[in-house]
Amino acid sequence: MPNKNEKAAKAAPAGGHGPAVTRPIEKAKDFGGTMRKLIATLKEFYLQIIAIVVFVIASVVLSIISPKLLGNITNQITDDYMAMKVWDGIHEQLPDGVSLPDGTTVSDLVEMATKSGQVSQFTEANQQLDSLTDSQRDKLMNLDLAKRPSINFDVIAKIALWLIAIYVMSALFNYIESWIVTNITQRVAYRFRRDISQKINRMPLRYFDSHPFGDVLSRITNDVDMVSQNLSQVISQVVYCVATIIGILAMMISISLTMTAIVLVTIPLSAIAISQIVKHSQKYFKQQQDVLGRLNGHIEEVYAGHSIVKIFGSERKVTDRFARYNNGLYQSAWKSQFISGLIFPTMHFIGNLGYVATTVLGGSLVLKGYIQVGDVQAFIQYIQQFNQPVMQIANISSVIQSTVAAAERVFEFLEQPDEEITWEGEGEILDNVTGQVTFDHIKFGYDEDRTIIHDFSANVQPGQKIAIVGPTGAGKTTMINLLMRFYDPDSGSIKLDGIDTTKVSRHNVRKNFGMVLQDTWLFSGTVKENLLYGKPDASESELRAAVKAARADHVIQALPQGYNTMLDENANNVSAGEKQLLTIARAMLANAPILILDEATSNVDTRTETLIQDAMDKLMEGRTSFIIAHRLSTIRNADLILVLNHGDIIESGNHKSLMKQNGFYANLYNSQFAQ
Amino acid sequence: MRKVFKYLAPYWWQIILVIIFTYANVWGSLQLPTLMSNIVNKGILNNDQAYIISTGLRMLLVAAVAATAAIVTGFLASRIATGFARKLRLATFEKIESFSLNEINKFSTASLITRSTNDIQQIQQVAFMVLRIAVQAPLMAIGAVFSALRTAPNMAWIMALAAGVLLILVTSIFCLVIPKFKIQQKLIDQLNLVARENLTGLRVIRAFNNEAIEERKFNKVNRSISKLGVWVNRVISLMQPGMTLIISFTMLGIIWIGAHLVVDGNLEVGSMMAFMQYALQVITSFLMLIMIMVMLPRAQVSINRVNEILDTEVSIKEPAHPEAIDPDQRGIVEFRHVTFTYPGAESPVLNDINFIAKPGEVTAFIGSTGSGKSTLVNLIPRLYDVTSGQVLISGRDVRKLSHRDIVNALGFVPQKGILFSGTVESNIKYASSKISDQAMHDAAATAQADFIKDLEGGYHAHIAQGGSNVSGGQKQRLSIARALAKDPDILVFDDSFSALDYKTDAALRKELAEKEKDKTILIVAQRISTIRHANQIIVLDDGAVVGVGTHEQLLNSCDVYREIASSQFSEEEMKKELKEAKNAK
Repeated sequence: MPNKNEKAAKAAPAGGHGPAVTRPIEKAKDFGGTMRKLIATLKEFYLQIIAIVVFVIASVVLSIISPKLLGNITNQITDDYMAMKVWDGIHEQLPDGVSLPDGTTVSDLVEMATKSGQVSQFTEANQQLDSLTDSQRDKLMNLDLAKRPSINFDVIAKIALWLIAIYVMSALFNYIESWIVTNITQRVAYRFRRDISQKINRMPLRYFDSHPFGDVLSRITNDVDMVSQNLSQVISQVVYCVATIIGILAMMISISLTMTAIVLVTIPLSAIAISQIVKHSQKYFKQQQDVLGRLNGHIEEVYAGHSIVKIFGSERKVTDRFARYNNGLYQSAWKSQFISGLIFPTMHFIGNLGYVATTVLGGSLVLKGYIQVGDVQAFIQYIQQFNQPVMQIANISSVIQSTVAAAERVFEFLEQPDEEITWEGEGEILDNVTGQVTFDHIKFGYDEDRTIIHDFSANVQPGQKIAIVGPTGAGKTTMINLLMRFYDPDSGSIKLDGIDTTKVSRHNVRKNFGMVLQDTWLFSGTVKENLLYGKPDASESELRAAVKAARADHVIQALPQGYNTMLDENANNVSAGEKQLLTIARAMLANAPILILDEATSNVDTRTETLIQDAMDKLMEGRTSFIIAHRLSTIRNADLILVLNHGDIIESGNHKSLMKQNGFYANLYNSQFAQ
Repeated sequence: MRKVFKYLAPYWWQIILVIIFTYANVWGSLQLPTLMSNIVNKGILNNDQAYIISTGLRMLLVAAVAATAAIVTGFLASRIATGFARKLRLATFEKIESFSLNEINKFSTASLITRSTNDIQQIQQVAFMVLRIAVQAPLMAIGAVFSALRTAPNMAWIMALAAGVLLILVTSIFCLVIPKFKIQQKLIDQLNLVARENLTGLRVIRAFNNEAIEERKFNKVNRSISKLGVWVNRVISLMQPGMTLIISFTMLGIIWIGAHLVVDGNLEVGSMMAFMQYALQVITSFLMLIMIMVMLPRAQVSINRVNEILDTEVSIKEPAHPEAIDPDQRGIVEFRHVTFTYPGAESPVLNDINFIAKPGEVTAFIGSTGSGKSTLVNLIPRLYDVTSGQVLISGRDVRKLSHRDIVNALGFVPQKGILFSGTVESNIKYASSKISDQAMHDAAATAQADFIKDLEGGYHAHIAQGGSNVSGGQKQRLSIARALAKDPDILVFDDSFSALDYKTDAALRKELAEKEKDKTILIVAQRISTIRHANQIIVLDDGAVVGVGTHEQLLNSCDVYREIASSQFSEEEMKKELKEAKNAK
C-alpha cells in the first residue's frame, strides 16, 4: 500500500536527476540562529501545527493498522480454506453410503476410527492433520463434519467494513492536514514577500548601489518559495516519517520479533550503500554544475558577440572551445546521472533481500505454528511501507539544509539596517522653500576609507543654475545623492533656506526637489498614470498645462491611445527621447522649487534633443537648478560650475573664471573642439 | 522533429540493449510475487521446509538479476541521453554560428541562448526519463497484467476498474489545475515586474515620496498569488489521499472477490496474495505512464524550439567559387546603388546609396538615429546582404569573396564594445594568436588604452564574461585596439567614439590620423567634432544620402548637417563655424 509516495515525488526535484540527496547541498552560515528565527516565524501558527501533528499521527496510525486487519482477513480465509480441504479429504475417504450424524466433530471421528480399528482408512486425512499447526488443529478438531464448511463471510465483512471506515478516515485526515499546511505555507510566503517589499523602501540606497537587483529579486521569488514550500514538507514529513517508523516497527514486532530483527539488519546496509553512492555522485554533480556554468557563459558571450565572431572569422575558434566544454559536460553528466541512478536499484535490491528473508523465515514460522499466513502478508506490506519513510528521512535533512540556507538569505535582507532617522519627532518643517541651498564644509565618501568630497562649501541663491561637469565616471551622481538625502554627508551639512536637511524628515526634504534623470524611469501603466506619479491629485487642466509647458503635448497626441497609451515593461513603444519628455512633464507637474536635471546624452535624435532642451529651459525658469551636464556648450551661462574628476570636486566657479584658471575645465572644454 | 531525432539514431543498438535489460529487470520483478505465492501454496500449505528454502534462494537469484539489469539499464540510459544531448548541443551551436544577423534577429539572442542551454538540457532529461520509465512502465504493466491473468483471470476486471478510476481522478485534477498554473506563472512574472520596477526606480520613487504606492501595487499582486496558491494546492492535495484510497479499495476488493473464488475452488490463497502484488505493479506503472504523458508535451515544446534552429535556412552563404581580390583596387570600399530592406520590413532602411572610400582617406557618416548609418556599415562585412545594388571590397562584390578574404581585409569596431572572457591580451589578439606583442602594444597605445597598465596583471589582467569587469569606455578602447592589432586594409568604426569623453576621443583621432594614414577609414559618428576633419562626410537622412562633402562644404550647402551642428554647438560657436565655412569657400 504505497502511502505518501506522492509527497516523496514532490520532494525530489522534477527532472530525473535522482533523489535530492545526491546533489550538492547549499549550507547555511548560521544554521542554529536561522533555525530559531524560522521557528519564531511559525510561533503564531502553533495551534495549526499541533493540529497537523495530530492529523498526521492519526492518519499514520490508521494506515498502519490496515495491513494488520487485511492480514486478519487473509488468516480467516486461509483457516476456513484449510477446514474445507480437510472436510473434502475426510469425505473422500468415507466409505460410500456412510454419513455422519449432525454434531460430529473431527475429534469424534478420530475417536470413532480408533475404536473401530479403521485407522488405516484415515491415514491420509491424518497426515493432513499432522501438517497443521496446533492452533489450527484445535480449530479443526472442533469442526462440525456434518456440513461442508465455507469461508466465514460474516467475519470478513465485519473486518472489511472496519477497513473501509479506516481508509476513508485516513484519507480525510490526510486531506485536512494538507489543507492546514497550505494555509500556513501561503501565509508565510505572503508575509515574507510583503516584508521584503516594505523593507526595500526603508533601506538606504547604499545597499542597492552595492548589491545587484537580481539578488534582491531572487530573494523575493526563489528563496521565499523555497522556504514556504519546504517548510510545509518538513513539518508534515518529519512527523509522518517518525510516526510511521515507530508505528510500523511496533506492528512488525507484534507479528514477529525475529522477522523484525532481519528487517532492521537491512537498514544500516542501505544507509552505508546510499552514503557511498551519494559521496561519489555529489563529486560529479558539482563538476557538472561547474562545466555547465562555463558552457552557458561561453554560449551567452558568443551569441551576444555574434557579429564580432563573424567579422573576425573566429567561428572555428569558438566552436572548438564549445566542443571542449561540451565533452566535459558529457563526462560529468553521464557519471552523475548513472551513479545517482544506482540508488534505486540498490535500495530495491536490499529491500528485496528483506522481502525474501521475510518470506522464507515467515514460511518456516508459519510451519512451526508461531504465526499465520496473513501475518506474513501483513509483514510484507509493512516492509514495503517501511522503506519509504527511511528514504524520506535521508532526503529531508538535505531539504532542511537548503530551506535554512534560503531562509537565511531572506532574514539577512530583512535584518539590514533601515535608513537612519537623524531628525527628532516629525522633524523641522520645510514649507514654501525659496530655493536657497548652502553646502557647509561637506565631507563625504562612499567607503569610510575613501573620502571623495573633502571639504566643499558653496552658497546657492534662489533661482540660480548650478552645473556639474566632468568625464564619465567622475561621480556626478554623488551630488544628487547628497541633495536628495539618498546618502548623508560624513560631516558638514546641506541647508535649505538655512535649515540643516538632516534635521528634516527625508520625505519633507524630497518634497522640495524635482528630478529628471538621464536614466528615465517610467512604470508599466498608462502615460497619464505616469505623469500623475508626482502629484496624484492634479486636475485635468493642471496636467494639460504641465504637458504643454514640457513640450510633450505633440508627442503624447502622436501615441496610439494618447494619454491612455499603456507603457510596457521597458516602455519600448516610446523612444528614449519621448520618455525623457514625459519625465520632464512629470517633474513639471510636481512643481517643486528646486530641480535636479540629468542631461540626456546620445541615442536621442537631433530634433527631439532640441525639444528636450527647450522643455528643460522652461522647467528651470524661476527654480534653483542643479544640472548634470554632458555637453559643455549648454552650461556656459550657469551661475556655478562644479568640475568633478575621480569623485572629487577639483574646480569650481563660473565659465569665465574657470577658463581663466586654464585647468581641467578649460582643457575639457577645449578638447571638445580640438583637432 | 525528425532533425532532432537524427542525433539519436546512432544509439539504436544501445537502445535495443536498454529494452532487453529493462525486460530482464521487469521479468525479475514479476517473478518475485509468483515465487512468494509458491512458497505459500506449495511450501507452507504442504509443510515443505526444503521447498521454502530452495524457492527463497531462487528469489534471491532473481532479485540479483533484476538489480544487475537495472544498473546496466541506468548505465546505458545515462550514456545515451547525455551523449545524444552532446551531439544535439554541438549541432545547434554550429548551426547558430553559421547564422547571419538576419537569423539571429529573427530568434533574438536571448531566445537562442535558452534554446541552446535550457531546452537541450530539458530534452536530455526527458530522454533519460523515457529510456528509464517509458520503456519500463509499459513492459511492467503488460507483464503484470499477463501474470495477473494467469493467476486469476476472473479478477482482471478489478485492475481495469482501478486503473480507470485513477485515470479519471488524475485527469480531472490536471484539468482543474493546469489552466491555473498558467495564471500563476503570469502572476509571478507580474510580481517580478513590480519588484523590479521598484528597485530600478528607487531614486525616483523616493524623490516623489511614493513608497506607499509601490507597496500597495506589490501587495495587490502578492495577495492574488497567495489566493491562487491556496486554491491550487487544495486541489492538488486531493491527489494523494485520493490515490491511496483507490489503491486501498482495490486491495480490499481483491480479497473480498478472491475469498469467494477460493470458496468455489477457483483460486488458491497464495495466488490471491500474488495477484495483489501484480495489481499494485500495474497501478504503479500506470501512474508512471501518466507522469510521462504530462512531461512529454513540455519536452515537445523544447524539441520544437531546437528543431526550429536546425531547420533554419541560412540566408547568407559563402560563394561556392570565390573570386580573389583585385590587387590594383586593394582597400577600396565602394557602394553602388545599394538599397537595403530588413526582412519583413515594408520600407527600405537604405535607399540607393553610392560612394567610394579610398585608402588614405577618412570617410564619415552622420545623421540622426534611424537614418541608417549603422546598417550601412554592417553591409560591408556581410552581416547583412544588400537587397539590391552592390557592395565592393577591393574591387570585388562581397558576395563573391570568401569569408576569409573579407575577414582579413576588415578591422571593425562595433557600436557596443563587446569583449570575450579571457585576458586583455587574448582580446586584443582576438583576430589571430600570431599577432606580435609589439603590434598589440602599438594598437593599445593608438586606442588610448593606457589604463591597461593600471589593471592588475596589465595585459594579463582577467576580462570577465562580456567584459563586465571593465567600464564602457575601457571596453570601447579595447575593442578599437582589437581591430587595429590585426592591421587590416580597411577600418570601420561604427559609432565607436561616443562612449569616450571628448578628450580621449580627440587624442584617439589624432593618433589614428598619424599611424593609420594609408588605411581606408570609415567612421560612423554622432558628434560633429569627431568627424569634422574627415576627407568626405556623408550625411544620411531617412536612409538616403542628403549631402556629401567636407565639414565646411556641408555647412554651406546641407540643411540637415547644419541642423545637427546647431544642436551641438552654442549659438556663438555656430556663428563662428559658419563664418569660417564661408571663408573656406
